[in-house]
Amino acid sequence: MPVPGDSGFLEEQIGQWRAYLHRRQAIQPVDAAELEDHLREHVASLTAAGLSADEAFLVAVKRMGALDDLSREFAREHSERLWKQLVLVSTDAAVPAARVRTEAIFALALAVAAAALFKLPALFGKDTAHYPTFYARIFALVVLPLLTGFFVWKRRLDTRTVRWLAAGFAAAVVFATVYPFAKGGNTEVLTALHLPIALALLVGIAYAGGRWSQVAGRMDFVRFAGELLIYYALIAFGGGVLSALIGMMFHAIGIDPQAFIGEWLLPCGAAGAVLVASWLVETKQSVIENMAPVLTRLFTPLFAAALVTFLGTVLWTGRGVDIQRDVLIGFDLLLVVVLGLLLYSVSARDPASPPSAFDGLQVVLLVSALLADAVALWAIAARITELGFTPNRVAALGENLILLVNLAWSAVLHIRFLRGRGSFASLEKWQTDYLPVYAAWAAVVVIVFPPLFGWI
Amino acid sequence: MYKAARYALRLDPSPGASVDVMVINKDLMAASSTPIVLAILAEGDSYGYAILQRVRELSGGHLEWTDGMLYPVLHRLERLGHVKARWKVAESGRRRKYYRITSGGRAQLAEERRQWQTVDSTLRGIWSAALPQGA
Repeated sequence: MPVPGDSGFLEEQIGQWRAYLHRRQAIQPVDAAELEDHLREHVASLTAAGLSADEAFLVAVKRMGALDDLSREFAREHSERLWKQLVLVSTDAAVPAARVRTEAIFALALAVAAAALFKLPALFGKDTAHYPTFYARIFALVVLPLLTGFFVWKRRLDTRTVRWLAAGFAAAVVFATVYPFAKGGNTEVLTALHLPIALALLVGIAYAGGRWSQVAGRMDFVRFAGELLIYYALIAFGGGVLSALIGMMFHAIGIDPQAFIGEWLLPCGAAGAVLVASWLVETKQSVIENMAPVLTRLFTPLFAAALVTFLGTVLWTGRGVDIQRDVLIGFDLLLVVVLGLLLYSVSARDPASPPSAFDGLQVVLLVSALLADAVALWAIAARITELGFTPNRVAALGENLILLVNLAWSAVLHIRFLRGRGSFASLEKWQTDYLPVYAAWAAVVVIVFPPLFGWI
Repeated sequence: MYKAARYALRLDPSPGASVDVMVINKDLMAASSTPIVLAILAEGDSYGYAILQRVRELSGGHLEWTDGMLYPVLHRLERLGHVKARWKVAESGRRRKYYRITSGGRAQLAEERRQWQTVDSTLRGIWSAALPQGA
């Protein structure tokens, strides 16, 4: 037990003071070191003049000025620090800079590998312009194993898990390439759409790095996926601007770059960007505010209002849902968006905090989405035999039911939570437990549908 | 903490610590900090704590800055290119950030000096002509 006056006590006090400094965003570690040197010299000169260590410390700290004023002055001089920057070279002593650099190089190498692999079939005469569905089908097969490889390396997964993951991907390669799809047929498009969902499970297992069996591990993957989507969209937007400007510049000098953009820039960029975006999400994790929960807050009220208005209109006018070709897919997308809104507000919420008005709003969103979907399902059920069972319709129907079950039980859990009869953690557990169901259904669509419907 | 602060007035080893500290308004403090810091650095390279000691010494203890506030001033001068900073290991064995005035800083100091002399001579004219001493 340190007593006032001894040097251990002083070190402890200075350590505490340093911790307070580090909490201020405007004061960086290097400034804190400069201030600490000042404090120590002041303390030394005061103790030399006869003060005890604790007295000297108190005087020196007081003379340093109030921390709030100090941090305000630093913020005025270094206003850029209040904007969190993505620092790729770690300032955190816990992660050595060499490790950060290796990770960056590895991620970029994987991105280049993804782009090269994706272009490999072109060597065998399959150009992107004539085989768009073929490339759509193999996209996930090229990109997701490499992404999984990144996490296997980063999380240092044991060989047993790696073997299972490899087996999963090998099976995917077989089903997606060996099946004799009719070119551009429904089942081929369904495979292209469902393969990424099925394989996402393998990425998730690698991402969670042995924590997949825990709710927290799966929830971290959900957070990662959301941020990845947002980063990918931003990179895609940037790529679009780049392509447009390249097109404009080369047109101006009489060269048509369309072939280069379509055959190289777009496919290579689309494949490489998945790896780059994943690496950025991993790196920035703690640096920048997560975007998905912010968007959720913004759009939950708007979607709730739109859905309630829709239901009101249906009731008021008595209009039924007109079943055209794509209505079911449209309603699937609606449920996916509602699920996303639910998932990302769950992911950002402190499970211990009591129910708030936002929770009420979410229940409104859930219930109105369920009712809207019920209206659509009712209309389909009435005419399903007349319309016939095409692969697209069966897949869409299956997805609708899966989402419906999830959202219905989520609504029940949410209402229980609002009424103080259940905990929020049960909702979190339900959502993360349900993740493999999507992958399983997607796998069924990929494996069973093509032979079942005769490769059309 | 208050008790300790009172001790400080008696025990602070810096010269003139027992002299009453004058309260100077914020704007004047802010305006004068640049020429004072630059002038001190023009005498030779220095670091935060020593600069403050020198300020205390030069003002006979009348001028007292809040210690921490010196650093944003130094960082501003660094950003403007008036001073250059680098880390060195001091005799104490600790790493310490030393500041050196640049040629741009010297030019700035000369300019500040011209301005302050103008203000000073103007005020002197008024003090002696219009107002009796100590008014």
